[in-house]
Amino acid sequence: MASEYRLELKKISKAFPGVQALDEVNLAVRPGTVHALMGENGAGKSTLMKCLFGIYKMDSGEIYLEGEKVNITDPDTAMEMGVAMVHQELQPVPARNVAENLFIGRYPTKKVGPMKVIDHKKMYEDTSYWLKEVGLDFDPKAQFGTLSIGQMQSVEIAKAVSHNAKVIILDEPTSSLSDNEVEQLFRIMEKLRDDGVSMIYISHKMDEIKRIADDITIMRDGQYVGTWKADEMSTDDIISMMVGRQLTQIYPPADAEIGEVALEVEHLSSIHEKSFQDISFTVRKGEIVGFGGLVGAQRTEAMEGLFGIRHLSGGTVKVNGKEVQISRPRDAMDVGIGMITEDRRGNGIFGCLSIKDNVGVTVYDKHLKTGIVLDHKAINKIVDESIDKLSIKTPSSSTQIANLSGGNQQKVIVSRWLANDPDILIMDEPTRGIDVGAKHEIYEIMRDLARQGKAIIMISSEMPELLGMSDRVYVMCAGKLTGEISRKEDMTQETVMDFATRFE
Amino acid sequence: MKKKLTVKDFLINYGVILIMLVLVAYTSVVRPNFLRPNNLTNILTQMSYRLVIACGIAGCIITAGCDLSAGRMIGLGSCIAGSLVQRVDYAGKFFPNLEPMNPLLVVIITMCITGCFGAITGFFIAYLSVPPFIATMAMMEIVYGISLIFTGGSPVGGYVSSFTAIASTKFLGLSSLIWIAIGILILTWFIFNMTRHGKYMYAIGGNPQAAEVAGVPVKKTLLLIYMKAAMMYGLAGFMLACKSGGTNINTGLGYEMEAIAACTIGGVSVTGGRGKVSSAIIGVAVFEFLKTALQFLGVTPDAQYIALGIIIFAAISLDIRKYIAKK
Repeated sequence: MASEYRLELKKISKAFPGVQALDEVNLAVRPGTVHALMGENGAGKSTLMKCLFGIYKMDSGEIYLEGEKVNITDPDTAMEMGVAMVHQELQPVPARNVAENLFIGRYPTKKVGPMKVIDHKKMYEDTSYWLKEVGLDFDPKAQFGTLSIGQMQSVEIAKAVSHNAKVIILDEPTSSLSDNEVEQLFRIMEKLRDDGVSMIYISHKMDEIKRIADDITIMRDGQYVGTWKADEMSTDDIISMMVGRQLTQIYPPADAEIGEVALEVEHLSSIHEKSFQDISFTVRKGEIVGFGGLVGAQRTEAMEGLFGIRHLSGGTVKVNGKEVQISRPRDAMDVGIGMITEDRRGNGIFGCLSIKDNVGVTVYDKHLKTGIVLDHKAINKIVDESIDKLSIKTPSSSTQIANLSGGNQQKVIVSRWLANDPDILIMDEPTRGIDVGAKHEIYEIMRDLARQGKAIIMISSEMPELLGMSDRVYVMCAGKLTGEISRKEDMTQETVMDFATRFE
Repeated sequence: MKKKLTVKDFLINYGVILIMLVLVAYTSVVRPNFLRPNNLTNILTQMSYRLVIACGIAGCIITAGCDLSAGRMIGLGSCIAGSLVQRVDYAGKFFPNLEPMNPLLVVIITMCITGCFGAITGFFIAYLSVPPFIATMAMMEIVYGISLIFTGGSPVGGYVSSFTAIASTKFLGLSSLIWIAIGILILTWFIFNMTRHGKYMYAIGGNPQAAEVAGVPVKKTLLLIYMKAAMMYGLAGFMLACKSGGTNINTGLGYEMEAIAACTIGGVSVTGGRGKVSSAIIGVAVFEFLKTALQFLGVTPDAQYIALGIIIFAAISLDIRKYIAKK
C-alpha cells in the first residue's frame, strides 16, 4: 500500500538509565520535503534520529518506510534501506583524500588475478560524479583535512546521495558554518528536495528553519508536541512550543556602569599573513564588547593571539594603561585576563578530572602553603562557592566534568576563570551548544560580571546574541577589523552583515 | 541518580584482583609454604624496587606518555652505584684509588646522574615536541651505550659489606629496601595529590591543550616528570645493586615493560589523566604474587611469560571497560 509519507516513526520510546529519553514520539516525513525537527537541547531529537539510524536500539515503536514496516538494527541496514545521516560532529579521516572518505568501507574493487584490489580510477571518477551531483566542484584527490568544515559536510551529503538515500538526516549541520557555507548547503538541499529526497533537519536557528523547512515537528523533554506546516508558524510560536512557556526576555538588560578603559589593543598582528592583521580596539570596565563576523573572520585567532596562545608578529597591549608583554596564557592571566575558549572539549575541559580539579587549575599558584603544598581547604571553598553561585547542577564537586551537561560544563569553565578573579574576560562563543535555559543563565552571569566592573569581550556568531548582549560591537572580516558599532540604534543585523562582508 | 553496582560492574572493577586472590588462595592450599612469612617478605622485597620504578613511570603514563628508557637507566644506575662502593682490594675495581663511599652519597650521585638523563629526555619531549615513545627510546639507546663504555661490558662486583648490608638490614621484620619503597610511595602520593605539580600532571594528561590555555606550565611540568622518573630509576638501580651484591649492564633489562604493564593493570590509563599511587601498588602486587604463585605451582619460568601476557590482555580489556562510553 502506498503511503502519503516517505517515512513514518510511530510511538518510539527509548529509556536510558534514569531518563526516559523518548516517550512515544511520532514523526512523519513527506517525500521531497525538508522536515525540521526542533526542540531544546535534551529534548530527544538526536536520540530519535539515532534510533532511526540504528545507532540506538529503541525500546518500543515502529518505523515505516514507504508504508512498509522496517526493522533497522544498525547503520548499515539503515543505509541499505536508503536512510543516511550527516552527523552533528563529522567523523572524517582527515589524512586521506576526498574520494577515500566518500567510499570508506565500500571501495570499488577490481580483480587482478586471484586478488581483489581497489579500483582507484573508478573511485575517483565516481567521486567526481557524486560531487557534481550535489553541485560541488573540487578535486577528489584533495586531502580531506584541508577542506573547510562546510566542504566536508557537503562531501558527507554527497556520500549520502551516493548511497541513493531517500531520507537524509542532517543533525545541526550549520552549527559551525559561515553564512556563505550555509547558503551553499541550502542550495544543495533545495536541489535534493527537487529530486524527491526527504530530509530531516535538526537546527536551533529560527531563520534557517523559516528559510528551508516545509514542515516542523517539535519535541519537548522526550515528548512529541506536534507537527505543523512551516509557513503557519511564527518564530515566537515555535519558541513557545519548544520551551512550553513564552520567552519574553532572553537577554537581560544592560545596567552596568561603564568606566575607564581597561584594555587597549593596538595593531595586533599574526605571524600568518592570512590570519588577523592590524587589530586595534579598546574595552572599558563594565562593558560587554561583542566581536561579530563570519566564521573564518579570524576573531578567535585574534583573541587567542591576545591571550598568548598564538604567535604575534607585532602589536601592543595595554592593561589599565600599562603596556604588558604576553607570550603565553600564564602571562595574560598574571595581568588579569581570562579566556573561555570556543572549543569546550578541545581546549576547555579536562574530561576525566573532577569539577574541583577543573576549577582549581588556574589558582594553584595562589593557594600554596610553604610554597609547595596545596591549600585544599581554600580551593574547596572556592569550588563550592562557584557551584553555589553559578548554580552548577551536580551531585558533588568531585563529580567528573564529563558527566555534566554542556551548559553546566560551561559554567564550570566560567568558574575556573572567575576563580582567578580577572579584570578582563574573553568569552569565545560562550553559549555554543548549550540549551536555552543555560544560555539565559550565562547571560545573567555576564551582566553580573559587568556590574562588578569587569571588562568583557564576547565573540559570538549568533546575531541575536551579539546584538542583544553587547554594549558595543566590533566586526571583523577576513582577518581585518572592518567596523565598530557603538550606537545602540545602529546595532542591527544589516550593519553587522555589511561590515562582516567587506572583503577586499 | 546513583547507579546500582551490578555483578558485572564489580567484575570489571576488581576482576584482576579477583583472579589474583583466587590464584593465591589456590596456591596456598596446595602449597602451604606459599603464605609463610618468609615467602611473603621475599615477595615484598621483590616488589620494593619494582614499586619505585612504577612510581616513576606512572607519572609519565598519566601525562599520556611512556618511558622505555627505564630499564637501561636502572642498569646504568646500578653500575654507577656499584662502582662507587667496591672494596679497595677488589681486583676489577673501576676507580682504583677510590675509598668506598657512604651509601647515602652514592644514592644522591646515582639519582643525580640518571636525573640529568631524564631531564634531557624531558627537554626533547616538552620543548621540542618529540613523542615520548621515540624520545625515551632514543635515550634508552644512549644510556645503554654509556653503560657499555663506562663498564667496558664487565660486571661490577666486590662491594663493601656495609653496602650490601643495607638490603639485609631489617626493621620491624622488613628489609630496608621495603622501607625505601614505602617512603617513595608516600612521597609519590604526596606529590600526586598535595602539590601543584601533581595537579598539573593530571591536567596535562587530561587535556594538554586545555592545560596550556589554563596557564599550566606544561613544558616545565613535563620536563620535571621525566627527570623525577629517571631519578626513581637511579634509586631502583641502587636498590638492585644492594640486593644482588653485583650488577652488570643488563641489570634492569625489560623492567620498563613490566612497570608499564603493572601500572596499566592497576588502572593508570594510557590515554592519560587517570591513575593513582594505589594503582601502581595494585599492579605491582598482582604481578609479583602471580609470578610467585605460578612458580610455586611448578610452572616453568618460560611458561610464566605466557601467563603474564594473558594477564595483561585480560586486565587491560577489563580496565578499558570502565571508560568506554556505553551506548
